[in-house]
Amino acid sequence: MKTYQEINDRIASGKAVVMTAEEIIDYVEGKGLEAAAAEVDVVTTATFGPMCSSGCVLNFGHSKPKIRMSEAWVEDVLAYTGLAAVDVFLGATQLRHNDPANMYPPGEFRYGGGHVMADLVAGKELQLFALSYGTDEYPLREIRTYFTIDDLNQAVMVNPRNCYQNYNVAINCSDRTLWTYMGKLEADCKNANYCSAGQLSPLLNDPLYETIGVGSSVWLAGAHGHVYAEGTQHAGGGGRNEYDVPTGGSGTLALSGDMKQMSPEFVRGVSLVGYGVSLGVGAGVPIPILNPGVLKRCCIRDEQIVAPITDYSSDYPNATGKVLGHVSYKQLKSGKIDVDGREVPVGSLSSYSKALKIAELLAAEIRSGDFLLSQPYAMLPADTNMKPLKVRDKTT
Amino acid sequence: MTETVTKKLMLFFPKCECEKPIIYHLVKDYDLVVNVFRAKVTPEEEGYLVLDVTGAEENIDRAVEFVGTFNVTINAAGKGVTWDPDACTGCGHCVVHCPTGALHISDRATMEVAFDEEKCIECLACIRVCPYDVCASAF
Repeated sequence: MKTYQEINDRIASGKAVVMTAEEIIDYVEGKGLEAAAAEVDVVTTATFGPMCSSGCVLNFGHSKPKIRMSEAWVEDVLAYTGLAAVDVFLGATQLRHNDPANMYPPGEFRYGGGHVMADLVAGKELQLFALSYGTDEYPLREIRTYFTIDDLNQAVMVNPRNCYQNYNVAINCSDRTLWTYMGKLEADCKNANYCSAGQLSPLLNDPLYETIGVGSSVWLAGAHGHVYAEGTQHAGGGGRNEYDVPTGGSGTLALSGDMKQMSPEFVRGVSLVGYGVSLGVGAGVPIPILNPGVLKRCCIRDEQIVAPITDYSSDYPNATGKVLGHVSYKQLKSGKIDVDGREVPVGSLSSYSKALKIAELLAAEIRSGDFLLSQPYAMLPADTNMKPLKVRDKTT
Repeated sequence: MTETVTKKLMLFFPKCECEKPIIYHLVKDYDLVVNVFRAKVTPEEEGYLVLDVTGAEENIDRAVEFVGTFNVTINAAGKGVTWDPDACTGCGHCVVHCPTGALHISDRATMEVAFDEEKCIECLACIRVCPYDVCASAF
């Protein structure tokens, strides 16, 4: 048994034993669970992929004369101004003004909020255009100027939903090509796409939420961030397989971090033909090895994690809950899966190679004493399920 | 019998050369088998042509020399489609949509994506499906 304080003391003295969630599998097999749990302090997990529920809060500072922005656009992408005078919220899936979207389907969706966030982190110069109704203390009615991230007082990324614990494998049983947030799905089940880092994924290595909770320190695109809440659509209850992997709904994390500390390699604009724009972002989560049980669950392997195969032509859009079968991440990563006796080629939206790089970068930071762990001040609920939106008449 | 080889070429035609039947001469005068992957050569406009030529190496060399007598730029590397390894995130979404395996997973342990230019037939499928705008076309 180890405490957070003991682990942090070892990290601070540069003596912590840290391994990635991939390295730990063989290490524990060779060393034995008890002995490895006594020796290893931290296991690093990671994921990289499109996280649609992403955005950022920006503070521009005050112009002379001052303006209370009531509408604002960054690079022609609308930002939400229902905050204080020069604070805005910019969302990753907001499309650039005048983009034809799916007017002539499938649309290309070349630029949007996710691309603005990527350009901001890359240090590019961006245009701000804002309007105001004008007030006595904020008289300016219109402003157009240019800025970089260095000119901003704050640029804080918020991911209301990141690190989905498990996800669908998307397939298309119809007779026409589908263009979805899970990528291009050819007709007649000619391909399938998945989106998870599998054995490296944070919440698959802490499936019962024993260490990752509200307040946990995380690595967000190179910055030191934290879990600020349970993620949206977090559904910790429901069925789990023998390795505690959720079979249905699953957990999510809400993350936040300082964009000024982020690396452009891990903050990327996403364009998905026919669907829209988003943000590709990388997150790493350290798991403190408090006891052998925690370590045991970090030894999860791709072959033990199964995901539901879902038809995105009918079952997904109509929310029928029906699945065509289950498949393991080992099978998915082989590039081919079996669907009703047919071999189907598989692609991914999540990058395992980037996740691996993040897990290694985070491990290196912890080993060097630069990244300390924090004990969560609230745990994630393990007994909640996702509610649907009911369409109903007014009750009163 | 002379050994035959295949070379991929990308030709750029400035406006003044767009109406000349250059490919006809490659077949007729130099005994080459041509396989055009992609072409955009319109009269009165500049244009590009990406093709494989198969034949005796000596004939290919002479044919390249012949093409060079026109105001046509020859890019023997034949890169009409480029892939930026630094921009690629390695998600692998493109891989199943690439019909020739030019874009492929080079190592299933690390799931790194790699691009084999020799296999690329410039169908442009990757340009459409890449979420990160990693693949680009010269024309």
